[in-house]
Amino acid sequence: MGNKITVKNLNFFYGKDQALFDISLKIPEREVMAFVGPSGCGKSTFLRVLNRMNDTIPYARIEGEVKIDGKDIYKAKTDVVALRRMVGMVFQKSNPFPKSIFDNVAYGIRINRMHSSKKDLADRVEKALKDAALWDEVKDRLPTSAFGLSGGQQQRLCIARALAVQPEVILMDEPASALDPIATQKIEELVVELKKDYTIVIVTHNMQQAARISDRTAFFMLGKLIEVNPTEKMFTNPDDKLTEDYITGRFG
Amino acid sequence: MTMLTALCAIFAITILVIILAYIAVRGVSAINIEFLIDTPKPVGEGGGIGNAILGSALMTLLATAIGLPIGIGAGVYLAEFGDNWFGNTVRFLSDTLIGVPSIIVGIFVYTIVVLPMSRQSGFAGALSLAIIMIPIVARTTEEMIRLVPKSMREGALALGAPQWRVTWNIVMPAAASGIATGAMLSIARISGETAPLLFTALNSRFYNYFFDQPMASLTVQIYNYATGPFEIEHQMAWAATLILVGLILFINIVVRFLTKKKY
Repeated sequence: MGNKITVKNLNFFYGKDQALFDISLKIPEREVMAFVGPSGCGKSTFLRVLNRMNDTIPYARIEGEVKIDGKDIYKAKTDVVALRRMVGMVFQKSNPFPKSIFDNVAYGIRINRMHSSKKDLADRVEKALKDAALWDEVKDRLPTSAFGLSGGQQQRLCIARALAVQPEVILMDEPASALDPIATQKIEELVVELKKDYTIVIVTHNMQQAARISDRTAFFMLGKLIEVNPTEKMFTNPDDKLTEDYITGRFG
Repeated sequence: MTMLTALCAIFAITILVIILAYIAVRGVSAINIEFLIDTPKPVGEGGGIGNAILGSALMTLLATAIGLPIGIGAGVYLAEFGDNWFGNTVRFLSDTLIGVPSIIVGIFVYTIVVLPMSRQSGFAGALSLAIIMIPIVARTTEEMIRLVPKSMREGALALGAPQWRVTWNIVMPAAASGIATGAMLSIARISGETAPLLFTALNSRFYNYFFDQPMASLTVQIYNYATGPFEIEHQMAWAATLILVGLILFINIVVRFLTKKKY
């Protein structure tokens, strides 16, 4: 399979502080790539480079090349709105809007004018909720507040919201870190299910989680990409001594 | 500790209750239908505050129509784009303007509107009230918008929403009840203002529906009745005060009801 995302010699700065050093990485299409590494190593920063979420941070500066489907997303004439529609994001802390369950999922469809009729909108919302494995739990309470859902349900709602705009890539920033084991398991099953249709990049602190759901793993430390390998190799026979120390829990 | 703070709370609420009760007791006896709809008459012939109620309502309405959009717009700017020298300047000047005695706003409007037009008018009165309102609304709006978590904005941005849509249909609705509370407080504040109306709207003995003419207001009417020499006038001042307080309370309750959180 081809590479969906290609990053070459990426450097990233917050003002004078450099957060990412010379990162080159290829992310294949329709696979799950996990980013692991100690806190503050730049995984989340790197994730947010991929949908230009760092644009909102003043003094952030980027060098190097990030290509999605062969197109440089940091070119001056890039349509950031279209980019973010194509590269969806799920955040560490679920962040539903103060709207109904239905309107949360419908939001992205509406702002991007993707629906042809009310019926179409309802169908798209239903499909997104089904794809996020949430439909059966919420189908009778769509007009009620999204804040009435449990933590795990809220996070799956946020996934449904991201799926509703039909992205090609989904970035997940520690999506299960605030959830209990059962809710976490649901999210993990969902990720494995979703990779049939989407390219998924997931940041996680949970080594077992990375081992369970990802096809490839990238290990970051202090803003540098130490190693990228198929997950199985990474967890059994890593190339780098640092990687081995980290995943066996010797530091971090 | 609990006791002490509880005592303070009781003290604060007691004073409020005493004031309200005293106004109610003194004012209620003079209120009747005639008082509510009549215009002022010479002492001893009855008369009422009908035109003053209308004048206050009209001027508050116009002031709100001018002040609320500008205030909310300025607040949104300060919160979303105001982290620069311009924003800081606007913020500082707003805080200063909030602290300026309202009579100075009255004199200012007198100079720039009343003198060139050569007459006092309801418009000049409403403009003074709007000027008092804008900085209050702007600052409360800013505070409320800043309370909306960053994660919520990012969620919308990540779906491909442009900045203005994020502000308009995620941030503003999330802050709506807070913004409405600020608006409500500022409306309550301007409905109680007397000083800025004294030389701008002046007063009127008649029903006046036009903003280019001097206009009566409850507060100025209360001032006139309260400073009059006759007991009957004092009674009418109490009654008008009760009506004013009642109206402000009514606005508060209505806005509370309208902005009740849905989600």
